[in-house]
Amino acid sequence: MQYITLDTETDFEGWRKAARSLVLHHIEPRDITWAVQGGEAELFAPPAPSPILEVSDGTFNVSAKFVELAKAAILHRDGERFAILYRLLWRLKDNHDLIEVATDPDVAQITAMTRAVHRDEHKMHAFVRFREIGRERAAHYVAWFEPEHHIVELAAPFFAKRFADMPWSILTPDLCAHWDGHALSFTPGVGKSEAPGEDRLEETWRRYYASIFNPARLKVKAMQTEMPKKYWRNLPEASIIKPLIEDAERMTGAMIANAATDPHKPQKRPEAPMKRKPAADDLETLREEAAHCRACHLYKDATQTVFGEGPRSANIMLVGEQPGDKEDLAGHPFVGPAGQMLDRALEEAGVDRKKVYVTNAVKHFKFVPRGKIRLHQKPTTPEIKACRQWYEREVSAIKPELIVAMGATAAQSVFGKITPIGKTRGRLIDLPDGRKALVTVHPSYLLRLPDPRAKALEYQRFVEDLKIAAGLQKKAARAA
Amino acid sequence: MDVQRKLEILADAAKYDASCASSGTEKRDSSDGKGMGSTAPGMGICHSYAPDGRCISLLKVLLTNACNYDCLYCVNRASSNVARARFTIDELVKLTLDFYRRNYIEGLFLSSGIIRNPDYTMEQVVSVARKLREEHHFRGYIHLKTIPEAADALIAEAGKYADRLSINIEMPQETSLQQFAPEKDVRAIRRTMGRLRLKLDEAEDSRSAKTKAKPQRFAPAGQSTQMIVGADSATDHTILHTSANLYGSYRLRRVYYSAFSPIPDASRALPLVQPPLLREHRLYQADWLMRFYGFDVGEIVDERAMLPLEIDPKLAWALRHRDRFPLDVNRASREELLRVPGFGTKAVERIIATRRTTTIRLSDLARLHVPRHKALPFIVLSDHRPSPHRLDEARLIERFKPKATQLGFGF
Repeated sequence: MQYITLDTETDFEGWRKAARSLVLHHIEPRDITWAVQGGEAELFAPPAPSPILEVSDGTFNVSAKFVELAKAAILHRDGERFAILYRLLWRLKDNHDLIEVATDPDVAQITAMTRAVHRDEHKMHAFVRFREIGRERAAHYVAWFEPEHHIVELAAPFFAKRFADMPWSILTPDLCAHWDGHALSFTPGVGKSEAPGEDRLEETWRRYYASIFNPARLKVKAMQTEMPKKYWRNLPEASIIKPLIEDAERMTGAMIANAATDPHKPQKRPEAPMKRKPAADDLETLREEAAHCRACHLYKDATQTVFGEGPRSANIMLVGEQPGDKEDLAGHPFVGPAGQMLDRALEEAGVDRKKVYVTNAVKHFKFVPRGKIRLHQKPTTPEIKACRQWYEREVSAIKPELIVAMGATAAQSVFGKITPIGKTRGRLIDLPDGRKALVTVHPSYLLRLPDPRAKALEYQRFVEDLKIAAGLQKKAARAA
Repeated sequence: MDVQRKLEILADAAKYDASCASSGTEKRDSSDGKGMGSTAPGMGICHSYAPDGRCISLLKVLLTNACNYDCLYCVNRASSNVARARFTIDELVKLTLDFYRRNYIEGLFLSSGIIRNPDYTMEQVVSVARKLREEHHFRGYIHLKTIPEAADALIAEAGKYADRLSINIEMPQETSLQQFAPEKDVRAIRRTMGRLRLKLDEAEDSRSAKTKAKPQRFAPAGQSTQMIVGADSATDHTILHTSANLYGSYRLRRVYYSAFSPIPDASRALPLVQPPLLREHRLYQADWLMRFYGFDVGEIVDERAMLPLEIDPKLAWALRHRDRFPLDVNRASREELLRVPGFGTKAVERIIATRRTTTIRLSDLARLHVPRHKALPFIVLSDHRPSPHRLDEARLIERFKPKATQLGFGF
């Protein structure tokens, strides 16, 4: 029989050293008794502990997960923890994967202990309440806490990092932690009477606690699950929990019974936001009106109407399909990846983007949410039709010479009917109102092409198409 | 008026906002000896719990409860008769630091009634954060409420100091917002959320870019919002559809659901009844199913329909899809396991890790922390196979309904 004594309740290194030696000497779990120096004496304990046997040259490895679990589980107050850990270690020696088996009783028990320790640590981080001794620069902050497990050393670094600029002490029955502004130190446990009994801010804190509580939502059980009663005796706010609960029903009843009073009439009513008066059918008016468009249901889920942009004097109007994710958020057309592609192509073709009016056939983003992203959806004919009024009014405000339709949706809007791109692409077409139209692909089509060669080829075709617009722009510039 | 009285008024005025979290931000501490505070990586810390079951993590207050707007559901609306107060910037900064030093809070959640104009209000809110961060080197958590339509520069500054920004969508349907909050504009709210998302994306891109430039900081804990439930006629489907849209469009970290609760000096236009807490709870469960379990809104609740109150939404889904069960726990895919009633994400991970080496049996369920009564009719284990009749039983649902109990506090 081996009788092992560890230095302290939290002596992980001592346990590890002993356990390692015991495993290598093939000493079975049932032949070991574990104890802590100065702890309660075992009933049949021998007068002196067994010496730790010299480790022979053998070696074995356990998973990092076990070490991590063991470091935490050893802080549990259960006196059996050293033995259970050793039993698990003994079994892991021949079955490395056992640690992953959540259903194994030993693994489950150690995991539960670890959880309890971490929960207690978390509660200590949460429920320590410092009380100020002295004032201002000479202040020292002292707290009294009663942890359930041996967690003071585990939990203390958190406070050192958080309250680095103030000296503090956390007193507990097991062990006290101190921070002097530079280093952590530990002293033996003390009694509650050593800790200060009150802080000048506690009444303010209680007032806050009472005010932030909504009596109409009483859920006492939910409170107690997270803040068990065992912690209450050291929480300054806990003293008013009972009266608050007792008063809650009365207060809620009163609120319901008293219902409405005459509304208070503020002396000075805030000015209502100014509504811009429609002047003429200019672009600004159109933009303002379109912002409230309800002609189809697309406005419901979209962020905003993305209206056309560009100078009134533009003689070229580019029409895309509809705003995408980025455009919807920013409120400007062609600012996303397709917009960047378009900018590049325009520059290469020799079109001055600043002199072009850019818009979309459909002015709201159509999509379906898929978790964290929005999947672009093609607009339907009724949606394109509903939005066409804005396109028509933009055309009559800008009076462009040439309208470039990019993609099938745009072509449908420009020609007023479904128009295949393939047959019409890359040449000037007369529109009934005397303007010219040019059909090409949408830049996002180029983005979607997976084959780099096809992509480069299509991009060149796109630039060629835009060169027709460039020629027109130059001719107009010369004429002016 | 003394600070204590102001605190009472301005905390009371802030308690109807459901958001409270202090989680998900960058890791910071004050171990460099300059200033004070830290943020908890991973989960936030709740320093106390109020008897309404909600956690107290942050000092949640308004800068002022004076407000130009007259939103019917709000206790601070212009026409309400509540007492008014306003913190000075210094008072609030001091209170935050004093509370923080005593470990009462994780930081500050600051909102405000809208006074003068959006820019002025936002500037006041930002000033508090600026002072905490720049003058006192406060490293704790700061959550600021964004005022819709505030200037871009103010929003950028808010994002520089704050961990999280939020802007409340308030109502699940546009029509109700028009009815209850005539001065608020859902388009303006969405536009602001859109701006926030673009800035969040930019900050993220600058962090992942491999340049030497210091990454731009913008609200590392992202943005969130709140919707009031039960004040208008919106169905749960409408609410969840709105949420799905908000998550997808603006990458919100959280949508908070706040059961409309009676307020002092309430407007006549709203239902003054006990808040629909159970409905709120079911909406949170449904929200989780969307975010962590791969459910679509359409799967959780039919159009124009409500979530059942007596059972949770996943169980309700399983009862509607009995043909997919029973499922063999030792063989089913992760996606299938996630749809078993009572199986949480962690339990599913444990199951998958465990079954690699051993077969899962009936007696193992407790150690996997799975509620037996909920899961058993839907699963097959090596020593358990539910009777085929049971799964077809019309009365299966009765098994899951909670037993009737006497009302009480359980205190």
